[in-house]
Amino acid sequence: MTDSTPQWYDDEAGPLVRLYAMTAGRARSVGETALDLMATIEASPMVPDNPMLSPEKLTLLRICQRQPQTVTDIASESNLPLGVVRVLLGDLIGAGYITVSRPIQPTQLPDSHILKEVLDGLRAL
Amino acid sequence: MASVHSKPATNGANPLVALKILVAGGFGVGKTTLVGSVSEIRPLHTEEALTGASQPVDNINGVEQKTTTTVAMDFGRITIRDGLCLYLFGTPGQDRFWFMWDELTQGALGAVVLADTRRLADCFPAVDYFEHRDIPFVVGVNCFEGSRRYQPDQVSSALDLDDGTPVVLFDARERDSGKQVLIRLVEHVSERYPQPEPVAAAQQPGGALPKRPLRQ
Ligand SMILES: Nc1nc2c(ncn2[C@@H]2O[C@H](COP(=O)(O)OP(=O)(O)OP(=O)(O)O)[C@@H](O)[C@H]2O)c(=O)[nH]1
Ligand SMILES: [Mg+2]
Repeated sequence: MTDSTPQWYDDEAGPLVRLYAMTAGRARSVGETALDLMATIEASPMVPDNPMLSPEKLTLLRICQRQPQTVTDIASESNLPLGVVRVLLGDLIGAGYITVSRPIQPTQLPDSHILKEVLDGLRAL
Repeated sequence: MASVHSKPATNGANPLVALKILVAGGFGVGKTTLVGSVSEIRPLHTEEALTGASQPVDNINGVEQKTTTTVAMDFGRITIRDGLCLYLFGTPGQDRFWFMWDELTQGALGAVVLADTRRLADCFPAVDYFEHRDIPFVVGVNCFEGSRRYQPDQVSSALDLDDGTPVVLFDARERDSGKQVLIRLVEHVSERYPQPEPVAAAQQPGGALPKRPLRQ
């Protein structure tokens, strides 16, 4: 008899079988280096919801459609583990549903105006 | 008529500026407390490869080879303005989580290393880690009840910190106190970056050359 109950390691751990079923066993998206945590994802305009997308992909797509946001935000909001989110976002990028922009690296900050803004912002918190 | 320079669109076209700050330190030193006091803390789950000691003994039939479990990190966001955010990551200090550190430090603005003077050695690995990678950091000394008070320079010399690496005595439970640590960090980071050149000077022939930032 096959036991279809997901296996849990402990309360903190997710159901493993389901985790890898979502990504068809992939831990990394194909042909891509892992999406940066700070990369911004934006939903492509005018892409209709595709009922053929898995529920998890639809969830991610809806989150992206609200506003452009980072991979971290999307992972946190979806409650899915980061690695799974990356693989699924990679698929959505490949299918043209969303686009990704590289994050600004601190060394590329245009000047220290941004840091000044951050300081002022923190002081005003 | 004065010429009008068209500015790039600020909406949509500009990528969000999302700056990462790591909060590191030993077990129970106040990482979660700090992230929670200065920002709205949210869970972020990540997978951890189970190797060696943490390999589960229970049968995991059906998932051969893929032995991972999820780990919750502390994640908090401070919105400075629309399109400019600080992202704080409270990172577990145990060795088995260092795979996450490597990813988190990629392009990070800087780090806060939390220290408890009753067990200062707990923060040595984090100090080593950021020093070796040339990530700017500040040391936040959490003043737990019953711990002896040390001056920042005593902590600094005990940790053999580079001149200029700030040490701040604070209380992670207090929002204002936590804010001061972040402000000190951003000030410290600013010292590494070139000050903005006045536009006229930068455009003049023979004007000052732009300085290359110190980090590779
Ligand atoms: N007196 C004092 N207590 C603190 C301070 N910061 C944290 N604590 C307390 O220390 C305990 C541990 O704090 P946490 O924020 O959970 O520490 P942590 O670094 O996230 O711990 P782990 O994630 O388990 O490594 C909590 O009971 C806090 O209330 C501080 O600045 N002063
Ligand atoms: Mg914690």
